[in-house]
Amino acid sequence: MELLEIKNLKKSFGNLEVLKGIDLNISKGEVVTIIGSSGSGKSTLLRCINLLEKPNDGAIYFGGKNILSKGMNINQYRSRITMVFQNFNLFDNLNVLDNCTIGQTKVLKISKEEARNRALHYLEKVGMAAFKDASSTTLSGGQKQRVAIARALCMNPEIILFDEPTSALDPEMVNDVLEVMKDLADEGLTMVIVTHEMQFAKDVSSRVVFMDKGVIAESGTPDEIFTNPKNERTRQFLSRFINN
Amino acid sequence: MSIDLAKALSIFINNFDMFMHGVMLTLLFAFVGTIVGLLIGLVIGGIRAIEINETDSNFVIIIKKVSQLFTRFYIWVLRGTPMMVQALFFYYFLKPVFHWNYLTAGLTVISVNTGAYMAEIIRSGIQSISKGQSEAAKSLGMSSFDALIYIIFPQAIKNSFPSIGNQLIVNIKDSSMLNVLSITELFFQTSSIAGSNYRYIETYLVSAVIYLILTSLASLLLNYTERRINKSDRNSHVDFCS
Repeated sequence: MELLEIKNLKKSFGNLEVLKGIDLNISKGEVVTIIGSSGSGKSTLLRCINLLEKPNDGAIYFGGKNILSKGMNINQYRSRITMVFQNFNLFDNLNVLDNCTIGQTKVLKISKEEARNRALHYLEKVGMAAFKDASSTTLSGGQKQRVAIARALCMNPEIILFDEPTSALDPEMVNDVLEVMKDLADEGLTMVIVTHEMQFAKDVSSRVVFMDKGVIAESGTPDEIFTNPKNERTRQFLSRFINN
Repeated sequence: MSIDLAKALSIFINNFDMFMHGVMLTLLFAFVGTIVGLLIGLVIGGIRAIEINETDSNFVIIIKKVSQLFTRFYIWVLRGTPMMVQALFFYYFLKPVFHWNYLTAGLTVISVNTGAYMAEIIRSGIQSISKGQSEAAKSLGMSSFDALIYIIFPQAIKNSFPSIGNQLIVNIKDSSMLNVLSITELFFQTSSIAGSNYRYIETYLVSAVIYLILTSLASLLLNYTERRINKSDRNSHVDFCS
């Protein structure tokens, strides 16, 4: 079952065409990783899916409706497709628990009590329950990112988008976050992940998408992409990783 | 050029009730002006910070554009004209509509005037917050309004607290301009006292000292509050370390 269908998506910043017609379907339970060199449009694609960037052309179908058509309830859509950012973006004025409850109470209109229970459940899952009363500004990067993942999970979304979730972390903290994501993948959460962690992409993906210069150059199973890429650019990009 | 300090003291003691009446009104105008001004500033500054989404319907886009034009006009006029002129103009201009007295007109004018400065303070406070904060709110599906109220404003107010507090000090002094509305605040009282005893130097010295005490107390209050705000961050840090 297709959760999300992206058709001929285009995005330009001024004269710079960043996405040149992307077609991508995401099915329920899939873990899709998007790889590619910097500037290939990976993050822009993710931000277009969440409508943090407004696509110039194309369509995004979610639940049978094109969410780019006028008059769509964007906020409702966004609460179904949450996002984890490279720079965490925890709410600086809220403590860890409130970071995880505010979306539930304000968007999903869940009672405070229930929101709190759900938040504690997911904070437990990412190993941050002990920090529930801590101010978010006092956490380390890895801790922040785990809270950010819990915050996204608290919305019980259909899909979570991860925009280079480990790129701003110390090497030591990367594994904590990847472990959490791996668990989520094993539990069947639908995830779209932009990452530079090739081993991780190889291990958890059900599908790998290689982007180059604003188009999807190649996509396939991790095996196809990492051991036997057909596209010349994919081979070039992965040469270092494959040779290792 | 000489100042008779003993005389100044006796003027202060003999007119204590009049001075205190003036102090009370001055404080009333300073606090009401600052607090209501902050509320106005949040609304105006918030409107100025609203983005126009390309997915908005045409009607919403028009509403947003018109309200942004209005906020620009508001700030332009109220920052660009003296409060004394505003006080007299609005008092007489709106008297047929509101049938108001000097006191309510004065409170309105100082609030509306402060609102223009607060709007700019809040706007720059909002701009100092990383874009990631509002993006995170959006990514959870929060409306722009909820994001402003629960995420952006608390941070903007905290970041610009020193400037907001500064407006209180400005208002303690600037409320003196409302003497043109015959409001019996400290400056008006001082002028009355000086007009009856002809000891201008000593009387205005007393007034200046009282203003200085008021602004110094306000400074202390603001510093204390600022320390409390910053301390609440550190406390939560200690909580989970222990």
